[in-house]
Amino acid sequence: MKGVLSRLGLRTIALLYLAVILVGPLAVVFWRTFEDGVAPAWDALTTPETIHAFKLTLIITAIAVPVNTVFGIVCALAIVRKRFRGKGLLNAFIDLPLALSPVVVGLALFLLYGENGWFGGWLNEHGIQVLFALPSMVIATIFVSLPFVAREVVPTLREIGDEQEQAARTLGANGWQTFWRITLPSIRWALIYGVILTTARCLGEYGAVAVVSGRLQGQTETATLRVQERYEAFDLAGAYAISILLALVAILVLVAMTVIRPKEETA
Amino acid sequence: MSILVRNVSKRFGEFVALDDISLDVESGALTALLGPSGSGKSTLLRIIAGLEEADNGEILLGGKDATALAPQKRNVGFVFQHYAAFKHMTVRDNIAFGLKVRKRPKAEIAERVDELLNLVQLQSFGHRYPAQLSGGQRQRMGLARALAPEPQVLLLDEPFGALDARVRAELREWLRQLHDVVHVTTVFVTHDQDEAMEISDQIAVINHGRLEQVGSPRELYDEPASEFVMTFVGDAQPLGDSLVRPHDIELLHEPAERTVEAMIVRVTFLGRDAKVELHDTSGAEILVLMTRDQFDESGFWRGQTVWAQPHRERVFAEAG
Repeated sequence: MKGVLSRLGLRTIALLYLAVILVGPLAVVFWRTFEDGVAPAWDALTTPETIHAFKLTLIITAIAVPVNTVFGIVCALAIVRKRFRGKGLLNAFIDLPLALSPVVVGLALFLLYGENGWFGGWLNEHGIQVLFALPSMVIATIFVSLPFVAREVVPTLREIGDEQEQAARTLGANGWQTFWRITLPSIRWALIYGVILTTARCLGEYGAVAVVSGRLQGQTETATLRVQERYEAFDLAGAYAISILLALVAILVLVAMTVIRPKEETA
Repeated sequence: MSILVRNVSKRFGEFVALDDISLDVESGALTALLGPSGSGKSTLLRIIAGLEEADNGEILLGGKDATALAPQKRNVGFVFQHYAAFKHMTVRDNIAFGLKVRKRPKAEIAERVDELLNLVQLQSFGHRYPAQLSGGQRQRMGLARALAPEPQVLLLDEPFGALDARVRAELREWLRQLHDVVHVTTVFVTHDQDEAMEISDQIAVINHGRLEQVGSPRELYDEPASEFVMTFVGDAQPLGDSLVRPHDIELLHEPAERTVEAMIVRVTFLGRDAKVELHDTSGAEILVLMTRDQFDESGFWRGQTVWAQPHRERVFAEAG
């Protein structure tokens, strides 16, 4: 009886906490958005600037996610399967973006690619615009979303061990065949999970991109930056509408993760 | 296809896994690498397969230098103790793997897989996943998978080590029969001397990374080259200055040449054998095996003082 009570108690605390911290604000955003019906929200979402902002967010995500997927797999393989000097350092550095504030990342990129930065001068002379343009925004997004694939794949790689890979080698498979036919299928659920987390992080990125983009409306303004811009322009309906769309995407990601999790456990 | 191991050494940090090993494996034979755990026998097998690199020495497969060859180019079949089954593939796909990566025609692959499923008696299990098989079935699948690309050499690393005693005995017998059919040069690693004695043509005994002796089961038993081989292959105990096997001790009623005085403390009947336990005058235990008939005819009784005479006893320089 006591066990049931304490379990119910724990459950109540967990649910209350989630309600206050997460669900409450989200519900308020929903309510405010559709307060005056669907039409204002739809109008806010279909302005050219907002459409451009979403397009830009999708373009950045479409570049950053594949790059970090490949990088994450390579890093995970290096950490689990190889022995080399500086492995501990690599392992620690992968987590850096989780610990570092995105604003700091943005400032660091500013120092590197600004007019007086290390690479900025040279790149300027050759007519390559990095800051206040797509390249810096992609770099910033890649940086902040870098750890997720590697962090998901590393434990799975450890768990499956390398015997299956050795077996494949003795059966005549070269390194590439072994990777495609044995390693990749074995880590697929962890990889998909990592890719989903990376995607979510890319879509929601604000801080680093805010610093390096220059926030030029209709040019370097992403969806999250657009929310802030609308809010500051006292267009609350617009800000809420864009927020809702971002929140819907996040919920979609959550649902996808819940669908995948059980499969991962039974695999 | 013969296997020649030439002066192979391997260290893991400070630990010497293999110390200057040279070994000839006859073509077509079933050879056991026998030794206690940590003796280096698995390391030697992995070096032959190319899964581990030797620090020194050479590996020749079929007379050709394979020392620097990647494992996928050696054309060896390898069977792992813990099966190393491809978990995301069916039994059929597991067995077909070696043929698929060699880009063999589909019809040929299907035919060969059927043939192997028959050989390892898994005909009705082709569409199952490894997780749905018992340990013995998984290991048979592992064998079929290793044999599918028709390797020149079959290497088995403690293949029955993870199975229970009954399945182990079954599979052991079955491997011997399989070898008589397939005739591929086979090397298997084991720490179980019964397993090695029962099925191999040739046994290489390895201890502390060194090759102690190579020979037929009978040679190892009758002519052990060292104290280690004598005690590891079959039972042996010290009697006087020598080592002797329990059934090579004769019990006499009277003192005679080379006898040791001892008292019978216990007699156990093990089916057709009688196990006689004695204490010598210093209290050290002596174990003697004889047939029940021999014991009955001798008229010995518990508590009686007798004289133990060793036969075929051996004295080793390193002993002591």
